[in-house]
Amino acid sequence: MSHAALAAGRSGQGSFLTRPAWSHTTLSRTSGLGLGVSMLWFSLLVLIPLTAVIVTASEGGWAGFWRTITNPETAHAIRLTVTAAAVVTVLNVFSGTAIAWVLVRDRFPGKRLLELVIDIPFALPTIVAGLVLLSLYGKDDSPLGINIANTQQSVYLAFLFVTLPFVVRTVQPVLEELDADVEEAAASLGATRATTFRRVVLPSLTPAIFAGAALSFARAVGEYGSLVLLSGNLPFKSEVASQRMISAIENDNPAAAAAVATVLLLISLAVIVALDVIQRKVAQKEVRRG
Amino acid sequence: MTAGTHQRPLRLIAAAALTGSALFAATACGAAEGTSGGAKEHKLSIVAFSAPEAATTAIQEAFQKTPAGKGVTFGASYGASGDQSRAVESGLKADYVHFSVATDVDRLVKDGLVDANWDKGPNKGVIARSVVVIGVRKGNPKHIHGWDDLVKPGVKIVTPNPASSGSARWNALAAWGHITQNGGTEQQAEAFEQKLFNNVVSLTNSGRDATTAFVGGTGDAILAYENEAILANQKGSGFDYIIPDDTIQIDTTGAITKKADPKAKDFLDFVLSDAGQKQFALKGFRPIRDNVDFGGKVEGATDPSNPFPAVKKLFTIQDFGGWSAVKDKLFGDGKDGKPVGIITTIIEKSGKASS
Repeated sequence: MSHAALAAGRSGQGSFLTRPAWSHTTLSRTSGLGLGVSMLWFSLLVLIPLTAVIVTASEGGWAGFWRTITNPETAHAIRLTVTAAAVVTVLNVFSGTAIAWVLVRDRFPGKRLLELVIDIPFALPTIVAGLVLLSLYGKDDSPLGINIANTQQSVYLAFLFVTLPFVVRTVQPVLEELDADVEEAAASLGATRATTFRRVVLPSLTPAIFAGAALSFARAVGEYGSLVLLSGNLPFKSEVASQRMISAIENDNPAAAAAVATVLLLISLAVIVALDVIQRKVAQKEVRRG
Repeated sequence: MTAGTHQRPLRLIAAAALTGSALFAATACGAAEGTSGGAKEHKLSIVAFSAPEAATTAIQEAFQKTPAGKGVTFGASYGASGDQSRAVESGLKADYVHFSVATDVDRLVKDGLVDANWDKGPNKGVIARSVVVIGVRKGNPKHIHGWDDLVKPGVKIVTPNPASSGSARWNALAAWGHITQNGGTEQQAEAFEQKLFNNVVSLTNSGRDATTAFVGGTGDAILAYENEAILANQKGSGFDYIIPDDTIQIDTTGAITKKADPKAKDFLDFVLSDAGQKQFALKGFRPIRDNVDFGGKVEGATDPSNPFPAVKKLFTIQDFGGWSAVKDKLFGDGKDGKPVGIITTIIEKSGKASS
């Protein structure tokens, strides 16, 4: 265990090429223990269950896996889930950054209250969220005059609700730490407010925005609870991937459920890695320009 | 992760963790007490689907007052039938199980947890009965009086999804029987189901979710169990319902497990006795025998003084050859390359038709 952990740590550092003398002795006893405990904790909670999911998915063999995910209904559900998660994430990048900006830079009555309310989608059991959304946007006599329950739009609405806090909560602390002097300096050098935002503020926020986007996407892909009452789970219309998994489990077909889960897992992983790569590219470009 | 530096969520997490561990400690103590009582104490674990919770709780209390039930205590878990059955299969302790479809008990037979002869007794494994009914909006504005009214254009139906809820299969089977048990062919039944599912606007994962969605404003009609409708009315969040002239009798089934505490058998006998069946009736289930005296009145029924009117043409699962005959044929999901069930295909087609 600890050898594997050390090996992982080593390749993670990427510095052993330049430091051939690097060995396990450079880790002090305490930090070695810390690494060991973290890896054990992480393995028990995440790595081992994750492996088990993939092993279950492989039970039906490649043919079974392929048949499951190419089933037209399942494929549609996966496509809808991923598309909706992507669209919602892009919207969150803009609205989340704007909300964080308002919360940090503006003063208005009820600001503290708004700060608290932002976190509610985190705390609220999602089925309750679904019920609330249903009563607002569901009935024929909806108080808002909008009736989108049991349509595809309801999936986007539910995703927007549950992912709202992510970008806000990652961007806000960075924005708070940002030195106002730098912006003042830019302004005194003749930069317009737009230029200051684009060239000074935005680059510092980029990593936080992308981190928030990754969280938001991953959360949406796995969403289930808020859709239970709202989306109607109609095949080829509003049925999402998690719903297909429930159906598979109810039919005593855990391999099919795990196959869908594996596909979602791979997509989420790809998106998170892609966001990270883009974020680094953007950061490098800024450094070069600066 | 920059969010980690934010103070408030951290504090929240710490508080949640503390509460969680306190709860864990409390339950751990509880469990220890349960076992320390020695041979004299009998603790029965009940695992069941959610609908009979109210009735079962009342039966427990009545049982504890009988000589056989003296000193017996209960632990209970209620949830979606299929989930509960799978939980027992994967190790949840259970002395007495009660599920909404026989296939959920059969699952435990396969694993050797329940005796293969569980449904050979005088009650055939049936714990309580109900029928499939049609819930409607107040005053029945769409004039729905039977199955044929449901397939009219513009009627919006809510039903749990037979693909993701084993319990919802009773609903689909009732509609199937409306054709096949009245002299129609299977092709006609298929066409009828197709029309029915084309009118479905919400396919939830459980009867409870369907009720919540319907009460929340979705749809014109809901396919439900009579007992669910009565219980919802008793709780004040129900709906009007009509009993079609022809419908299916729902047999909810149960058994004691092989490793059950000896008192579990006494409890099952009590559940099946008139005293036990009376509690089921009061909460909206039809008793398994006609002559059970429940006082003649059940609140929440359309007519409380005649709560369980006889259905003109009532079919049973045996009329279809039992669950083993219909399970794969109608509801199979194509696992291991087997043909996909008729209803499963119809539900899939209904989505393509409307999008």
